[in-house]
Amino acid sequence: MKQFFEGSHAVAETIRLCKPGVISAYPITPQTHIVEDLAKIVADGRLNSQFVNVESEHSAASVVLGGVAAGVRSYTATSSQGLLLMAEVIFNIAGMRLPLVLTCANRSVSAPINIWNDQQDSVSLRDAGWIQLYAENIQEAVDFHIIGYRIAEDKSMMLPVMVCMDGFILTHGIETVDMPTQEQVDKFLPPYKALYKLDVDDPVTLGALVDPESYMETRFAIHKTHEEALSLIPKIAADFSKSFGRTYNGLIEKYRLDDADRVIVAMGSVCGTIKDVIDELRSKGKKVGLLKVTSYRPFPAAAICDALKDVSKVAVLEKALSLGALMPLATEIKSAFFGRKKSPKVISSFVAGLGGRDITKQSVKDVFRLLTAKELDGEFIDLKPELLKENYE
Amino acid sequence: MSDMHFNSGHTACSGCGQSLGARLVLEAAGKNTIIANNTGCLEVFSTKYPQSSWGVPWIHSLFENAAAVASGIESALKYLGKKDSVNVIAQAGDGGTADIGLQALSGMLERGHDILYVCYDNEAYMNTGIQRSGLTPFDSNTTTSPPGSHSMGNIRPKKPMPEIALAHGIPYVATASVAFVKDLQRKVKKAISIKGPKYIQIHVPCPLGWRHQPNLTVPVSRAAIECGLYPIIEYEFGKLIAVQRIRQKPVEEYLKLQGRFKHLMKNPDEIKKIQDIADNNIEKYGLRLESQ
Ligand SMILES: Cc1ncc(C[n+]2csc(CCOP(=O)(O)OP(=O)(O)O)c2C)c(N)n1
Ligand SMILES: [Mg+2]
Repeated sequence: MKQFFEGSHAVAETIRLCKPGVISAYPITPQTHIVEDLAKIVADGRLNSQFVNVESEHSAASVVLGGVAAGVRSYTATSSQGLLLMAEVIFNIAGMRLPLVLTCANRSVSAPINIWNDQQDSVSLRDAGWIQLYAENIQEAVDFHIIGYRIAEDKSMMLPVMVCMDGFILTHGIETVDMPTQEQVDKFLPPYKALYKLDVDDPVTLGALVDPESYMETRFAIHKTHEEALSLIPKIAADFSKSFGRTYNGLIEKYRLDDADRVIVAMGSVCGTIKDVIDELRSKGKKVGLLKVTSYRPFPAAAICDALKDVSKVAVLEKALSLGALMPLATEIKSAFFGRKKSPKVISSFVAGLGGRDITKQSVKDVFRLLTAKELDGEFIDLKPELLKENYE
Repeated sequence: MSDMHFNSGHTACSGCGQSLGARLVLEAAGKNTIIANNTGCLEVFSTKYPQSSWGVPWIHSLFENAAAVASGIESALKYLGKKDSVNVIAQAGDGGTADIGLQALSGMLERGHDILYVCYDNEAYMNTGIQRSGLTPFDSNTTTSPPGSHSMGNIRPKKPMPEIALAHGIPYVATASVAFVKDLQRKVKKAISIKGPKYIQIHVPCPLGWRHQPNLTVPVSRAAIECGLYPIIEYEFGKLIAVQRIRQKPVEEYLKLQGRFKHLMKNPDEIKKIQDIADNNIEKYGLRLESQ
C-alpha cells in the first residue's frame, strides 16, 4: 500500500519486516530517527528483538557482530563519525564473513564538524569488504534493505551489506512509499540459517590467528565473492521484482542512455535531480542521460563500460573525495575503460554537494555545460572562491 | 577434539600463568559455555589456524570489544530462548580490560548482561612485548616504563579495576590467583550461578614479562598475595563477603623473585613505597590473620 513516509520511518518499518533478533545502535545525526523508531517498535511489541543500547558505535558494531555470530539476524545503523569509529569492526565483520545489514545515513566527515549530507563516510570504507548499495530515493532505501539481507545471507556470499542513503535528503525527506507486506517479505526473505555459528552443541573457533600460510587466501576469497556478487545481485534483484513488482538491476540503472552523447554518472539521491534535468534538456532536444551506480561494491566495471561505451562524453559527479588524488568514483570508471577498444572520448570528473551544499538543477546543468571536449579532473561545482582567500596577517 | 574444554598443544610459553588460568576457568564453567576473547597472548597462542585449543564455541574479534561481542551473543541467546542453559564468558588481558576495552566493559556491566567477564591480569601488554598497562604495578620495569636516571619504572600504581567494576552495582566481583586453584574455580562456579554481569580478575604471572623462572609461576603469584600486593577479595551484591587472610610477608620476598623489580633491590626508599601499597591493601580489606 502506498503511503507517505519519512525515510527513516520507512527504513525502521522495513527492518521490522526483516525481523532481526538483535538490534544495536548509537545515536548520530542523521541516523537517529531510524533507531528511535526501532526502539519504539520493539517497546510496543511490534517486533520481537533484543534492542541493545550501547555506549559507542564501536560497541554497536561489536554487539551485532556477536549477535549474527551466534546465528541470529542482526541490524545496526550509523553515519559519519559513527561509521569511522566502527571502521575497525566494519573490516572485521567482513573478514569474519558475517552477513549483517547496516544502514549508513550518509553524512560528511569532520573536521570541520558538519552534520549534513555527502558520501565521504561510506566511500572511505569502500575497501572493507562490504557490499555497498546506494539508494536514490526512499523506496529504494526500503527495498535495498530487504534485498540486502537476501544478498548478505546467501550461502555463496556470507558478506555484510551496507545500504547507503543520503542523510536528511532521504532520512528526513518524505515521499510516497509502497511499503511491502509481511507476507511478501517473509516469502522473499527466509529466516536466517547460519552456515557457521557459536553453538555449544557444535563448537567452532571463529576469528583465529591466521599466519602468512593462509591469510592471503582469506582475502582472495572475499575478493572472489565480490566478483560472484556481480552476477548474484541482479538475480536477487530480478527475484525481488517478481515478488514486489518494482524492477531493479541492483548494480546500475540506465536512464535515457540509448542515444545519449553526454551522460552523468552518479550515486544516491542526486540521481533524482539529474533525471529531472535530463527530462528538461531532452525536451529541448539535447541527447543527455544518466548512469546511476547502485552497487559501489562490488564495482560493476563491466556493466558500466558496456553502458557507456558508445557515449562520447561522460561526467562523473560525486559527493566524496580522495584527498590528494583523483576523485574516487571517476578513478574507477576511468580505470575500467583503460585498454578497452570502445570508450568515451572524454571522462570528466566533478565534485559537488560536500557537507550538504545543495546540488540544484542549475548545478547539474553546469556539469553538462562544462562537459566539453576538454577533460576536467575534479572540477568543484558551486565552489565559493571568495571564501578561499588567504590572509595570514 | 578431546574431552578437555581447553586443550594442550598450544604455543604458550612454558610457565604461562594465563594458559593455566584459562584452563581452570573453563574447567569450572563447563562445556555449555560460549567465549568471546579479546586480542592478546591467550587468543594468539590458543588459535593458530588451522588449530584451536578451544573445545567450546569461541570467538575473537578485536582487542577492545570482547565485552560488546559477548553482549551481542548473550542478546542472541536471549532472543533464541537459550540463555538459561548457556554461560557467556568475555575474557581479556589486563590491557584489553583496564585500558582499551574499559569502555566496552563498562557498557556491558551497566547494561546488566548475564555475562562473566574474566580479566587475566599479567600486569602488562605481553602480546606486544611487555609494555605497561593500567594494571602494571608501581615501579615495574616494562619496555615502555623502563627505569633510568630519571625514572624508577612505572610511575603509577595499579588501576583499581575490581572497584571500578563494583561501582557499576553488579552482583559479583572477585579477584583470584592461579596459585589458589580451588578458590579460583569456586569463584567461577559461583559467578556463573548468579544472573547478571560478573567480574573476576585473576593474577596470572608471566615468566617472560616478569622475568622469573618458568617453574615459579605458582610461587610468584602466591608471594604477591602473601605480601598484600594482590588482595584476594570477593564481593557479592556490593558487600565484601570474603578475603584471603595472610600472615604478612615483606614485599621484598615477592619483588626479589622477578627481574622486573631488580632495579629496586638496592633502593630501600622505593621498596618502602611498595611496602606502603601492600600495607594499605591489608588495612583496606582486612587481610591480616587475626592470630598474628
Ligand atoms: C586497536 C589495537 N591496538 C593495539 C593492538 C596491539 N595489541 C595486540 S595485543 C596487545 C596487548 C595485549 O595486552 P593484554 O590485554 O594485557 O593481554 P596479554 O597479551 O598481556 O595477555 C596489543 C597492544 C591491537 N591488536 N589492536
Ligand atoms: Mg597483559
